[in-house]
Order: sequence, then structure tokens, then C-alpha cells
Amino acid sequence: MADVYKAVKLTDRVYWVGAIDWTIRDFHGYTTPRGSTYNAYLILADKITLVDTVKAPFREELLSRIASVVDPKDIQVIVSNHSEMDHSGCLADMINLIEPEKVVASTMGAKTLRDIFHLDREIISVKDGEQLSLGNLTLRFMETRMIHWPDSMFSYLPEEEILFSHDAFGMHLASAERFDDEIDPAILQYEGATYFANILLPYSSLVTRLLGRVGSSGMAFKYIAPDHGPVWRKDIGGTIGRYGDWAAQKPTRKAVVVYGTMWHSTERMARAISEGLANGGAIARCMSLDVFHRSNVAYEVLDAGALVIGSSTLNNNMLPQVADVLTYLKGLRPVNLMGASFGSYGWSGEAPGQIAEILKEMKIEVMVEPMKVQHVPRENDLARCYALGEDIALQLRRN
Amino acid sequence: MEKYVCNICGYVYDPEQGDPDGGIAPGTAFADLPDDWICPICGSGKDEFVPE
Ligand SMILES: Cc1cc2nc3c(=O)[nH]c(=O)nc-3n(C[C@H](O)[C@H](O)[C@H](O)COP(=O)(O)O)c2cc1C
Ligand SMILES: [Fe+2]
Ligand SMILES: [Fe+2]
Ligand SMILES: [Zn+2]
Repeated sequence: MADVYKAVKLTDRVYWVGAIDWTIRDFHGYTTPRGSTYNAYLILADKITLVDTVKAPFREELLSRIASVVDPKDIQVIVSNHSEMDHSGCLADMINLIEPEKVVASTMGAKTLRDIFHLDREIISVKDGEQLSLGNLTLRFMETRMIHWPDSMFSYLPEEEILFSHDAFGMHLASAERFDDEIDPAILQYEGATYFANILLPYSSLVTRLLGRVGSSGMAFKYIAPDHGPVWRKDIGGTIGRYGDWAAQKPTRKAVVVYGTMWHSTERMARAISEGLANGGAIARCMSLDVFHRSNVAYEVLDAGALVIGSSTLNNNMLPQVADVLTYLKGLRPVNLMGASFGSYGWSGEAPGQIAEILKEMKIEVMVEPMKVQHVPRENDLARCYALGEDIALQLRRN
Repeated sequence: MEKYVCNICGYVYDPEQGDPDGGIAPGTAFADLPDDWICPICGSGKDEFVPE
């Protein structure tokens, strides 16, 4: 076992023993230019406890970090806060190797782990509010169903005031630093918001409720320890506050113009709309799907007030990259947006209408008829696009 | 008989179908589900359900 991987101390009794994935760039279809970490935590209670594991290829790194503090075989309890494979990938192996006294998950977690690993071993399911004694320390569980899987649950260690918060409050960010105060806050803000937009956005109303429950629970936090990215020990109020803001999806004056183009006519329309938006006082984001990834678009949509989508028509359909981003955004269920669609076409021009229909399915208020231009836009066409941008900007002033 | 929807995950309890995997026979009204019945999708209790 390579012994270059060491545990990192949070407190005398709690260590980070996760893995750093410097090279991942595609996390189930979400682009991760800064890599990620899979965090696992070791609690040195009378009953030594491991909270979550790591993605399967990082098993040796996990074991090595644990072994820098204790013999892995001395672990008596494994808690699974979230059964998705980036956190449970090594669980079956760890159970076989360690033979812990107890493996603990939420009710849905126990079921999901059985469905994923086809385990025959008993998994103890704990309910919301239940406590587990680790001898001198205690773990308290809080179900956080559908944030973002049915099984997700928080574990809280009152003696150290640490919240193990699974994917919540996390981000895809590989770093040698383990704590929030060691990293540029602008990066934390950007990657945290990107994570929220791509993973938690559909469950915003549940996040709002959860924050209320956390607030009234009386739990105090010295650390919030998520399953990806840095551990929060300084800006704890900030990270909770930002979750409240993101979940509220309060629209700003930002308009996101997203488009697919073949011969750049739709692109010229997009540029004219964006210039009109900016002239009208809106914050315009002009995003060609040739260069922006769907997860970049999701980030921009998080606090946007308008979503303007364009596509030229290809064989009577919108371009596939536009269908991709629309399918993705529809699943993320953004709220508080107005919408519009546009595009250049040659003879039939179905795409802008198709986009408008999907926007309506997404319960987005479509402000104007789809704006269409046959072939290459003339000056007056670009003027119409510019005016559309200005109109949208005017509407956004309400925000 | 009225359908009920789970506030957490959107699952719809349809009395005509019941919840056979959860041991609930077709034709069981939502009100007649046992108190410890949980949503088959997300595990929420009956108190999270509202009429559709
Ligand atoms: C971000 C995310 C969202 C998901 N949303 C759903 C969902 O809404 N409904 C569902 O049935 N499964 C959902 N899943 C679970 C996957 O469908 C499940 O893990 C499946 O086994 C993956 O199959 P694959 O390995 O072929 O991708 C989701 C998974 C992830 C990572
Ligand atoms: Fe997850
Ligand atoms: Fe995760
Ligand atoms: Zn449910």
C-alpha cells in the first residue's frame, strides 16, 4: 500500500480520509474543469467510524489515508450518507475487508445499496432524528430525501459540532488544501454555484425546507464536511446563506442567450439580441453551444431572469446541441424565468417554434412569438433582434 | 377514490393500483393505508402526501 497518502486532521478525533481526483473532466455529463474530491471521514470514537467511502478506483488512496491514523480493520461502524457510486464505490470492498460491526444508512439508503451492490449483508437503517452511540461520541441522523437522491441523509456529530452533509454544500474542486479558508472565495462561489445548479436545482424547494429544519434543529456547526470539495470551517454562515439564495432562485437582470448555429446566421441574431440586452441595462451572457457545455449554461441560468434560446433548422428539427441543453435544463426545473426563441432557417424553419413549445412545457413564460430570419439576417432583421434584446432588458428591470 | 401525491418526490398514490410491493392491495383508499406506510420512491411518510 502506497503510504504517500495521509489523513488530514479536522479535530483530534475526526480526520479527512478521502481521495483527490485531479484529472476528472466529465462527471456523469457535468464538465469538471477543476477536477473533484471524494471525501470520506474517520471518527476516532470508542467505536471507530468511517463516514462514506470514495469512488471505486480510489480504494487504495482511501485505505492508505485511513492506515496513516488507524488500522482499517479497527473500524467498527461504516455510515453511508449517500449511496451514489462516487461515495459508495468502495463500500462492498471495505465491508469485506474490515468486517465492521455495523453498516448504517437511511431506510432508502439501505434499499438502494442492496440494489446497487446486491449485498446480502445486513445494513442497519436509521430514521430521521435517530441517534447512534459510538461509545464516547454520538452520531445523529437527519434524512434529506431527494437532495439529491431518495437515500440522502446528514450525519451530525454533536460533540465536535461537525455536520457530514453528503453532496450538499459540496463542489467539484480538486485541491491540495482541505479547508475553505485556504482557497480563493471566488472559486468556491463559482464551483459551489455550479454544483448547486447542476445537481440540486430541481430540488430547490426541498433545500429551502431543509435549511429551515437545520435552523430550528439547534445544531451548531464548527465544520460542515461535504462529500466533494473543501471542508467548511470559516465561512459556514456564508455557505448556508448562499444555499438559501440559490434555492430561492431570485431572478437578477441577467439574460442567458444560448444558441446553436451552422453558418453563423443564428449567431449573428444572438449577438444582436445580446447587444440589445446590454444596451437596455441587462447583464447578457451569449453562449454558443459549440464552445459552452450544458453545465456552464446551468450555472448561468441559476440566477438569470431570462432564457433566450436560438437554433437554426436542420432537417425540420432544432440542432441536436440545442435539444441536448433543453432536455438538460428541463430536468433541472429552473423557475422565475421569462423566455424567448429565435433562429435562422432556409425554407421550413421549425426550430424556433419547437424551442418555444419546450419552454412552455418548462412553465417558462414565453414573451414573444419565435423570431425567425430566412437565411442571412439583413440589417432590419438584426435591428429586430436588437429591439428584442432591449425589450427583454426592459422587462428585467422589474428584478 | 382520490389520488395523493408525494410532496417530496412527486410519486402519485393511485388507490386503484395500490402499492403491491409495499403490501397494499389494489382498491385501498389513501386514508386506509397503515400509519407506517412510506412512499415507495423516496421513503416519506403519509404526512408528506396531499390530494392530487
Ligand atoms: C444527477 C442524477 C440524477 C438522477 N435522477 C434520476 C431520476 O430522476 N429518476 C431515476 O429513476 N433515476 C435517477 N438517477 C439514477 C440513475 O438513473 C441510476 O443511477 C441508474 O442506475 C444509472 O444508470 P447508468 O449506469 O446506465 O447511467 C439519477 C442519477 C444522477 C447521478
Ligand atoms: Fe450524488
Ligand atoms: Fe457526489
Ligand atoms: Zn416520495
